[in-house]
Amino acid sequence: MPPDPAAGAATREIVIEVLRYRSETDLKPLLQAFRVPFTDDMSVLQGLQYIKDHLDGSLSFRWSCRMAICGSCGMMIGAQPKLACMTFLRDYYPGPLTVEPLAHFPIERDLVVTVGGFVKKIESIYPYLIPKTQRSLDEGEYLQTPLQLARYETFSDCINCMLCYAACPQFGENPDFIGPGAMALLQRYNGDSRDGAQAMRMDLVHTDNGAWSCTAVGNCSEVCPKQVDPANAVNQNKTKSALDFFLRFLGRPLYWEHTASDGDKP
Amino acid sequence: MLAALIGPALVLLTGLAAPTGIGLTNNFMSFARAMAFAQHPLGKLILFIVIVLFIWHGAERIYLTLRDMHAGAKFSLMWICYMTAGVLTLITIGALATIGS
Amino acid sequence: MSRSRPYIRPVETLWWARSPYLAYTLREATGVAVLGYALVLLAGVVCLATGERAYDVWLDFLKSPWSLSLHVLFLIGMIAHTWTWFRILPKTMPRLVIGGRILPQIRITAGGVAVAAASFIFIVFVAVWTQP
Repeated sequence: MPPDPAAGAATREIVIEVLRYRSETDLKPLLQAFRVPFTDDMSVLQGLQYIKDHLDGSLSFRWSCRMAICGSCGMMIGAQPKLACMTFLRDYYPGPLTVEPLAHFPIERDLVVTVGGFVKKIESIYPYLIPKTQRSLDEGEYLQTPLQLARYETFSDCINCMLCYAACPQFGENPDFIGPGAMALLQRYNGDSRDGAQAMRMDLVHTDNGAWSCTAVGNCSEVCPKQVDPANAVNQNKTKSALDFFLRFLGRPLYWEHTASDGDKP
Repeated sequence: MLAALIGPALVLLTGLAAPTGIGLTNNFMSFARAMAFAQHPLGKLILFIVIVLFIWHGAERIYLTLRDMHAGAKFSLMWICYMTAGVLTLITIGALATIGS
Repeated sequence: MSRSRPYIRPVETLWWARSPYLAYTLREATGVAVLGYALVLLAGVVCLATGERAYDVWLDFLKSPWSLSLHVLFLIGMIAHTWTWFRILPKTMPRLVIGGRILPQIRITAGGVAVAAASFIFIVFVAVWTQP
């Protein structure tokens, strides 16, 4: 949609430099500059859409909800991992604003990165509730108090945008690191009072590619658009992994995630 | 954690206040007082814990930083940092044992 | 269909020196102050074990401008170490519940720094109180 002068301040122009890469013609990525007219209410995503609609239809990028909930439009904007739909062109005027694909991921095409590795990681952590004790249908639901919910709630807010992976230098160094997003999802289940599969997930945490690749840089939590705090998810599991290593002979339930007292009682 | 809680105070006292005589008398760490402290089993324990824990914590931080800086292969760096910490630990034990009681 | 040939960007070797990672690198570098001070103490213990003359050499070293400057750097490093330690400590703990509510992480940091300050004052007090 062309910018609507009625939407606010007069239309200005910003230079956006986009990293282009098409595997059928390019040997390596190159920046291409575009002049984009914009109004103060326009996001970087709308700027990219303007480029695609009016300047170069071959520009490829992922997007969907344009309201920071689907996690599709993560990219490097001004060398910082951000969601394009909630970053505004007015903050980068007059530019040039550099827009590149999300860091630490292979570039598939233009601003589209290969996400298969990340999907496999979140699949690998048993991302579903495995109850401690099964309840039959007539026993009713697995109940949970608001306080039990609060213990893991932020970890369930993750929108899989992968900004945390772009922010994490240890993931940049080691692409096999399970990473902040997968660990947040792991902790979402481990911290859920209805779940009983901590031991299964701990085997993933123990390894060098588990929690121990993390050096507590903390940048993942800084860039997260949903305040998930993945740094907390990874680092509390380092503590648990160390405790588990030393105390496993005593029997895991002694120090485990939550005691029986806040297990199934509402 | 230990370094975080007692580190600044120790540096101030033993490294600045006692040598300059500002805030503490000049013979705060005199040979006689130091020997009395180190010969006492509790004094030995404190010296051991402080020195050894500081060494291992410092070694770990330095190892991780050198690894971030690509200063060498991961295993070589690990060996160098932690072997050094191990050797220094043995020296500490040896020195404290020599002081006797 | 064209075959995909993903492009893998090389990792910048100096990432640790650039913002926002420089703050993290400086935090980790406070470990040098911790180790350095431990080495000074170790030297003192070794000199103590060797004998009075060796120990006096160590005491004289402590009085030198080199040592005093070094210890000023150690002190700055130790204070930075303490501050950054308690900033990161809440991240290593599961969500704590106090009085029926999740405890905010900033309170854990504030509590830790308060304990560290109290510990500092206590140690200095004990030292001044037990001096000859």
